Amino acid sequence: MTSLDPDARTPRYRLTGWRRFIRNIYRRVRPRRIGLRNRILFMFFLGSLILAGVLAFTTYGLTQSNLLQQRKTAGVNQAIANTRRVQIDLRINPQDFAAAIDQVGSTQRLLWSEDASATSNPQFTIDVLPPGLRLLVIDERRAATMIIPFREGQALVVGVPIDSAGAAYFELDTLRDVRDALLSLRLALFVSTAITGLVGLALGLFASRRAVRPLANAAQAARAIADGRLDTRLESTDDPDLQALTMAFNDMVSTLQARVESDARFASDVSHELRSPLMTLAASVEVMQSRRDELSDRTSAALDLLTSDVFRFQRLVEDLLEISRFDAGAVRLVLEPLGLVEFVEQAIAVSSLPHTNVIGGGEFVAATIRGDRRRLARVIANLIDNARIHSGGSPKVLLQTPGRGSTPSHVWIVVEDDGFGLIEGEETKIFGRFTRGGTAGRRSGQDGAGLGLALALEHVTMHGGRIWAANRTDGIRGARFVVELPLDSYAGVGS
Amino acid sequence: MTVRVLTVEDDERIRLSVKLALEEEGWEVDEAASGEDAIAAFQRQPADVVLIDIMLPGMDGFELCRALRKSSDVPVVMVTARSDTHDVVAGLEAGADDYLTKPFAPKELSARIRALLRRAKPAAHGHSRLVFGDLEIIPEEGKVLISGKETVLTKTEFRLLCELAADPGGVFSRETLLDKVWGYDYFGDGRLVDVHIRRLRMKVEQDPANPRHVVTVRGLGYRLES
Repeated sequence: MTSLDPDARTPRYRLTGWRRFIRNIYRRVRPRRIGLRNRILFMFFLGSLILAGVLAFTTYGLTQSNLLQQRKTAGVNQAIANTRRVQIDLRINPQDFAAAIDQVGSTQRLLWSEDASATSNPQFTIDVLPPGLRLLVIDERRAATMIIPFREGQALVVGVPIDSAGAAYFELDTLRDVRDALLSLRLALFVSTAITGLVGLALGLFASRRAVRPLANAAQAARAIADGRLDTRLESTDDPDLQALTMAFNDMVSTLQARVESDARFASDVSHELRSPLMTLAASVEVMQSRRDELSDRTSAALDLLTSDVFRFQRLVEDLLEISRFDAGAVRLVLEPLGLVEFVEQAIAVSSLPHTNVIGGGEFVAATIRGDRRRLARVIANLIDNARIHSGGSPKVLLQTPGRGSTPSHVWIVVEDDGFGLIEGEETKIFGRFTRGGTAGRRSGQDGAGLGLALALEHVTMHGGRIWAANRTDGIRGARFVVELPLDSYAGVGS
Repeated sequence: MTVRVLTVEDDERIRLSVKLALEEEGWEVDEAASGEDAIAAFQRQPADVVLIDIMLPGMDGFELCRALRKSSDVPVVMVTARSDTHDVVAGLEAGADDYLTKPFAPKELSARIRALLRRAKPAAHGHSRLVFGDLEIIPEEGKVLISGKETVLTKTEFRLLCELAADPGGVFSRETLLDKVWGYDYFGDGRLVDVHIRRLRMKVEQDPANPRHVVTVRGLGYRLES
């Protein structure tokens, strides 16, 4: 039996307090997901850095041990040779240590015995030698080498016992040049590692760009399709990995295109089919209207209803046809230069409120626009209709300049009403098809087909302009529709 | 004299309703369902105005218009499905004088017909003969002579020429010509003027590509020069 009690459906486990705490911390700390491009970039950089680093470390280690080994061998050989000479000197003159080491023109020398010692450098005494070395050379009478700290650096000490004199001979090599060589090697390796890292970064940049280029292309194509260019396709590629994506994408768009086109064709076909009966209806109704004095009151009331709805129906079919033409991309504007003020006045004159005032025309007395006069007039008529329906009062038409420039490039044709204004969030929705503004202030039976603003949007866009709606900003309640159109010329023909 | 209208339309209901509406105007209406029928009907009984639907079975509206034009200067109104296509210009170039877009109100149709039937008004100064170089207009007789030879204009072309001749050298905007010749308000289609001017030039200019009489004034309109 299924229980409908919500408490019966307890979750399988509950997050305990500390788990939740950890999860929250993790959520906070978790870095934002890194994009594919940056990941590739990062991998290249890190990879080249690690590679270069390992190489540098190995090189450094090998060089260091090699250099030291060489020095050691050289030092030992030299020390042994020098020891022989010291030994000979001591045989001749056993007490004169100083003379013995003087004979040897080597680096830094120390000759030491229990009784006497001589050094070529006062800092190089038996005391700087570590006990281990002393033990080996003096006590155990064995030749030995050792690297010892000496002054600020390190030094290689070779000790050789001189058994005949009961003494020990030490030579010290400061290793300064080795240290210098290693230092410059270290610097060179560091620099080359850094350069390798940068090269890796550059390669990564290149590779990531290349890697995501197909994605960027796809994104661009998708945007184009979203904008209505349904004939957009991805170029086919010889990359087998991408080919699958490309094909799937193109198939999807083809299906979408077929779907959209068949929808548009359907709307267009339906409207075309509706035209003929509409023509018959309109003509017949007109015949009846011209004979209305032969009709009874009831019949002529019914005829009026019929007439007005036939008219409305006709408008709707025209709008549908026009919008399906837009969908099919089959609209061709009949463009011609139009005197702005005259055009707006004429457009108002054929609208449903022919006596609407135009404010601000003085500034545009010589301005012209390029447009399809009948289509643009429909835009203005639609906006006036819209204002009439939603405010019931008398709208105003204003001509304004968008910026403060001395010669404006655009004109704003503004239609303001004193209705209830727009509801928050409605500003763009009202330009959708068959969507109507808030019910506030709308009188039933007077509303248009719901295509007027959608058509206005299409028409204005096609003229290279923009249209938008907002609430009035002058403190009076009401809506404000702005049509922005490019001016053909501001100061008349020829200027 | 009653006006005779010939309606060429294959949709019987539209034909009948248009006939009824036009008869309300007190006009006589002949009907034809196809281009071939229309030619036969026109030969039997010439009409004052012909209304032609472009979409006809068999011979289409353009062909019918051209066929009628060979023997007659009768005003022709084309009915098209769309106003922004090539149809309009093609129809006008086939010889139509005006066009209507379906669905149209019969009142609009009768207004169009009335405008086309207006007689060319006698030229401004009441001259019986207007001369512009090799171009000669005799308004009373509806005749146009080029270097003494008569050239045949349709009624609308003739009226267009007379309007231009009313103010020789003056510039006529398309809006003015649309109003005076076709009776349109501001929202008339400027292509009507352009195509008619083109047709007129074919008939009155020695070299239609470099017109001497019917001159374009860029951005303003047209002008008649001698």
